[in-house]
Amino acid sequence: MNTLGLLRRNFDHGVHPAHLKKQTEDLAIQRVPFVSHYVMPLGQHIGVPCRPVVKVGERVGRGQLIAEPGGFVSTALHSPVTGTISEIDDFRGADGQFAPAIQIEADPYATQQPDSSAGIDWRSLSLEAFIGEVQKAGIVGMGGAAFPSHVKFSVPDGIKIRHLLINGAECEPYLTNDHRLMVERPEDLLMGAEIVRQKLGAEETIIGVEMNKPEAIEILQRHIQPGQPVRVVPLKVKYPQGAEKMLIKTVFDREVPAGQLPRDVEVSVNNVGTIVAIADYFLRGLPSIERIVTVSGPGASYPANLIVPLGTPVREVLRFCGGLKDETREVIMGGPMMGRPTASLDVPVLKGTSGILAFTEAETARPKEYPCIRCARCLEACPYFLNPSRFARLARARMFDEMEQYSVMDCVECGCCTFACPSHIPIVQLIRTGKDALRNRKEKPE
Amino acid sequence: MKQKDPDLLLMHAPLLRQGMTTPGAMRDVIYALTPVTLAALWFFGLGALLVLGASIAGAVLTEWFFALAQKRGESLLDASAILTGLLLGLTLPPGLPIWMAFLGGVVAIGLGKVIWGGLGHNLFNPALLGRAFLLATFPIPMTTWTPLRGSESFFHVSASNLALPFMQAKVDMVSSASPLGLMKFEQEVTPLTNLMFGNTLGSLGETSGVLLLLGGIYLWIRRDLDWRIPVSIMLAVVVFSGCLTLVDAVRFPSPLFSIFSGGLLLGAIYMATDPVTSPLTPRGTWIFGIGIGALVVLIRVFGGLPEGVMYAILLMNAATPLIDRYTQPRIFGR
Repeated sequence: MNTLGLLRRNFDHGVHPAHLKKQTEDLAIQRVPFVSHYVMPLGQHIGVPCRPVVKVGERVGRGQLIAEPGGFVSTALHSPVTGTISEIDDFRGADGQFAPAIQIEADPYATQQPDSSAGIDWRSLSLEAFIGEVQKAGIVGMGGAAFPSHVKFSVPDGIKIRHLLINGAECEPYLTNDHRLMVERPEDLLMGAEIVRQKLGAEETIIGVEMNKPEAIEILQRHIQPGQPVRVVPLKVKYPQGAEKMLIKTVFDREVPAGQLPRDVEVSVNNVGTIVAIADYFLRGLPSIERIVTVSGPGASYPANLIVPLGTPVREVLRFCGGLKDETREVIMGGPMMGRPTASLDVPVLKGTSGILAFTEAETARPKEYPCIRCARCLEACPYFLNPSRFARLARARMFDEMEQYSVMDCVECGCCTFACPSHIPIVQLIRTGKDALRNRKEKPE
Repeated sequence: MKQKDPDLLLMHAPLLRQGMTTPGAMRDVIYALTPVTLAALWFFGLGALLVLGASIAGAVLTEWFFALAQKRGESLLDASAILTGLLLGLTLPPGLPIWMAFLGGVVAIGLGKVIWGGLGHNLFNPALLGRAFLLATFPIPMTTWTPLRGSESFFHVSASNLALPFMQAKVDMVSSASPLGLMKFEQEVTPLTNLMFGNTLGSLGETSGVLLLLGGIYLWIRRDLDWRIPVSIMLAVVVFSGCLTLVDAVRFPSPLFSIFSGGLLLGAIYMATDPVTSPLTPRGTWIFGIGIGALVVLIRVFGGLPEGVMYAILLMNAATPLIDRYTQPRIFGR
């Protein structure tokens, strides 16, 4: 890394939404009580869905394996609760689509002691065995993408991971789940990082945290042992700082080539939640059965940071937080910039659910749209240096091939363009329609 | 304990937006031009108000007429027609018959904007297109500069302002030469302080360089203006006219004179920066600005007219789609 890179420490473009974290940033993580009914979709991660290994009527313990990986890019699924399998059938998810899921009735008399005892002797594991354990633990990227972590750790021959980069940027407004994790569980985060760093054979660990979380930066720095190859790097507060390619640009001043992965520049990027999940598994034998979720937004009665067992219906989580305010019009799963709205409150919390945000009329009213005046604010916002205004125009004209020529597939749908547009053109939404059309066309060639 | 669910909407993220809106950006430009407009009224009296009012009325009425015809009534609300009318008015001579100013506003919106498909679709700056039409149609009144109000009453309106449409073969106008005319035809240099503070003849909006710059700074702070365009235009003018001055300091004006005289600041800050008609990409805006600067110097020095900002901008407007095509930014990681 050159000195200039250290001084600049930035990525180009991006936007500056209000942080909106004040409501929850000082609230300690609380545990949501167990409820009666859980839904575990088999496709909570990117890749092949899991294969159930239990039958309806079977009794399962908390933390017991209920579905095995359906392939290499797939992961295991564990019961979040002690109870009985009540149904294995299609369930309607947040996007309105039916997908197979295992439903579990909780046993009200169970102690809910996890079905796991000791940790795993990680020091003696080979890299292959470590990767296998991560898959067995069902650990996926907890930042929101839910990409299976063991796939990320499996690097092809000839590539060496030199830097383990831990993503504590949390650039989405409202969300404070990563922040609370860094503040409340720094030892586990550093221990998990050490396990991954040693197993991957990386030289050092870098934890990137946006500067609007000074408490987390301070606490992490205090917990680093002398001589430990760990650095905390404070990051400029800018959206989308937490996008992994932007994070790498900021920390190492290197661009990951289009179509390539962080490992191609010798970096592995993992979210703080993922690293803590790894610590939970290797130190305590606890697989991925719960996660931290921030409940917030103008429609939330009592915002909170919560430990939620996976599969808990959003309705139950909201009920624990005092329900929704009457003026709530929309519930978003994830952050306000990249999250997805849910059509129903019966959908469960998944491995990738970082937030449950309630919004009112003010945020969801469709703003009056004006013609594009070519002001170039979207070009100045796009962190990938694309031309969003042209994509919006092409998408409206249904000229999808032209969109592909102009590299629309490089777009990560961060939403900076829509955020920046003074004419209120739904640019990223139009881009999504174009990308969907292109993908569908690839799947069904005529 | 069944809780009634709200009727959930499925509005897709991002749900957050920055505060600026397109009509807001238009209004910002109008605010930025307010000091210049007030100065024009102060220097030229009621006649200036009539000319500005007529061009704004022409622009707004035309927008309204076409909006009615196309059932798009709300297009008036974006304030762009008022801005076009105001910008056109500020490029007109103070003694211009007001019916001509009105006609200019009609052409600016009708031929400059509506026939292209409305806001955001036009190739040329509408206000400058209106002015080009007036200059081609009424060359004498468009290049006759009435003197400053001086000690005359504010309410004194020169007879030429009130000339009847098409009735008078020749409009009588009291005339003097503008600083650019003096320079071009008599090699007489107007003092810089006069140029900066507005004590000179010229179009309504081009008399005070300082106020034009102030408005530009306001727009820059509000992020309504791409600073690269005025900066590159001025740099190009300084470089090109500087070279000429080195050749012959008497015949060719100094760089500072070139910047503060005529419509250069008005054009560079408020017309060339019209986002619709300028390139999207940073590299493109540099090419665009340098092109305008070079053309301004060329036309001023070698052309038949003392002023060239309008044609320079219109010519580079025409080049904008091509510039955009060849200056696409490098995509991240490619």
